[in-house]
Amino acid sequence: MKKYTYTEKKDTRSGFGAGLQQLGQTNPNVVALCADLIGSLKMDAFKAENPDRFFQVGIAEANMIGIAAGLTIGGKIPFTGTFANFSTGRVYDQIRQSVAYSGKNVKICASHAGLTLGEDGATHQILEDIGLMKMLPHMCVINPCDYNQTKAATIAIADYEGPVYLRFGRPTVPNFTPADQKFEIGKAVMLNEGTDVTIIATGHLVWKAIEAGEKLTEQGISAEIINIHTIKPLDNEAILKSIAKTKCVVTAEEHQMNGGLGDSVAQLLSRHTPTPQEFVAVDDSFGESGTPDELMTKYKLDTIDILNAVHKVIKRK
Amino acid sequence: MADILQLQKLSTQVRRDIVRMVHAVSSGHPGGSLGCTDFLVALYNGVMTHNPKNFTMDGKNEDLFFLSNGHISPVYYSVLARCGYFPVEELKTFRRLNTRLQGHPTTHDHLPGVRIASGSLGQGMSVAIGAALTKKLNKDNSIIYSLHGDGELQEGQIWEAALYASANKVDNYIATIDYNGRQIDGDVENVLSLGNLKAKFEAFGWQVIETEKGNDMASVIEGLAKAKTFIGKGKPIMNIMKTEMGAGVDYMMGTHKWHGSAPNDEQLAKALGQLEETLGDY
Repeated sequence: MKKYTYTEKKDTRSGFGAGLQQLGQTNPNVVALCADLIGSLKMDAFKAENPDRFFQVGIAEANMIGIAAGLTIGGKIPFTGTFANFSTGRVYDQIRQSVAYSGKNVKICASHAGLTLGEDGATHQILEDIGLMKMLPHMCVINPCDYNQTKAATIAIADYEGPVYLRFGRPTVPNFTPADQKFEIGKAVMLNEGTDVTIIATGHLVWKAIEAGEKLTEQGISAEIINIHTIKPLDNEAILKSIAKTKCVVTAEEHQMNGGLGDSVAQLLSRHTPTPQEFVAVDDSFGESGTPDELMTKYKLDTIDILNAVHKVIKRK
Repeated sequence: MADILQLQKLSTQVRRDIVRMVHAVSSGHPGGSLGCTDFLVALYNGVMTHNPKNFTMDGKNEDLFFLSNGHISPVYYSVLARCGYFPVEELKTFRRLNTRLQGHPTTHDHLPGVRIASGSLGQGMSVAIGAALTKKLNKDNSIIYSLHGDGELQEGQIWEAALYASANKVDNYIATIDYNGRQIDGDVENVLSLGNLKAKFEAFGWQVIETEKGNDMASVIEGLAKAKTFIGKGKPIMNIMKTEMGAGVDYMMGTHKWHGSAPNDEQLAKALGQLEETLGDY
């Protein structure tokens, strides 16, 4: 098992803030909008440095999405910022018609996704956003795993023509990806080559997959670990190549089982290579208040859950 | 600006186009289309500075129009075609498989003249505000226009947008309400009353003007000219324009029933009998 280390834990939302700040300095067409959550989204630096290109829209997310769509007409590249729940479910029809169907170059940037939002509870813990967004034709869906990758993703999507959903979160997680790693939209990142099982993880579950991989090595199981930061378009080639070798797969994500990364992988495999698959994901349930760690344990999104899924899926080969 | 008589002739032809288009596919929305004909004809033929022969999505240094009540696509398509955005012949394809003239307007099929999809109501004001903000960022002094149904004002997003536009002094923007008082289920007053619309927009910080005769070409032009005088004065501008749903076809007026119904053969003949062919049917 390849060794991964980190010097500090950082929140992915701060990676977004840092990426946006850099874009403010390098790309004059980038503009940003926020619905009364500047601090939470870490958009302060962009706002301070580019007051003319920053739009505070207040607690009016539908209007924010519409304004963002309009801003593209004339060449601006709008980045909207609010919590994932209000970035997707609350404004689904606005995204569908004014952004996706209209083919507008809007970047919908969503923080506090999933259970790790923590104590605020289920009203804010959206676990359906990946599904909602990936169903929209031509919507690009990205869920990076740590600070560095989120920063790189933020910078990369400015150069991508078309609507993007960028999902990140609130808790601090190990910042282990190299700061200079190029972010290639739609390209899986091979974290560890293995032969017995493929673990495909996204977002906060990527580090847990690495932890699981280390334990599996101790148990004599060789796990191939893939970081899927782009759920759509999915890197079909990387996944099929891995499955050809390992013959079984575990998917891991902080999202509903319905509609998430696991769904996308299952669809791919059922069409090309029907393969035993286990899902580490929330099983048709809302979340609740609690600390992020408590919630990840209770809703079975932890390292141990990946291990259990691996053991189960290997037996099904 | 073309003279009033020419614009009136064009309006009559556009009205013929509208009833023929919806008749041909037995679907579509003639009522609101007929009611907004004079407005759109005026807007695209003299009021706006625009470039039909060389359409670009960005529309730099052009005035831009956003249709928020997308169901009145027949009038929109006819006006766009007749001022040169695409061939008038293409009106034949309205609502037919593989057409660029979808039931509700879209950018998806790259129809020149259309810059946003609309149909799901309430979204166009936000989009127009965004486009107005980009004009300001680009130091482009052109004007943004939008049109909304009165029933559409029941959508909450409109009021989010209205609040934003005044708070942020979006003063390069003229919105118009097609105030015909009718919607699918009946009179707006009975479905969900808008109350005092002028007072509402004034309370929201808009400069409000009223066009009392939205189906009289001179009045429409006068209203838009007056609206323009408030550009750059620190407030978004609202043109509350009274119209008659179905204007120009007697049996379609005075009722909400032709909001989304197409005439049959006999009804078409009757409508065409009231609308002189002035510029040649498509």
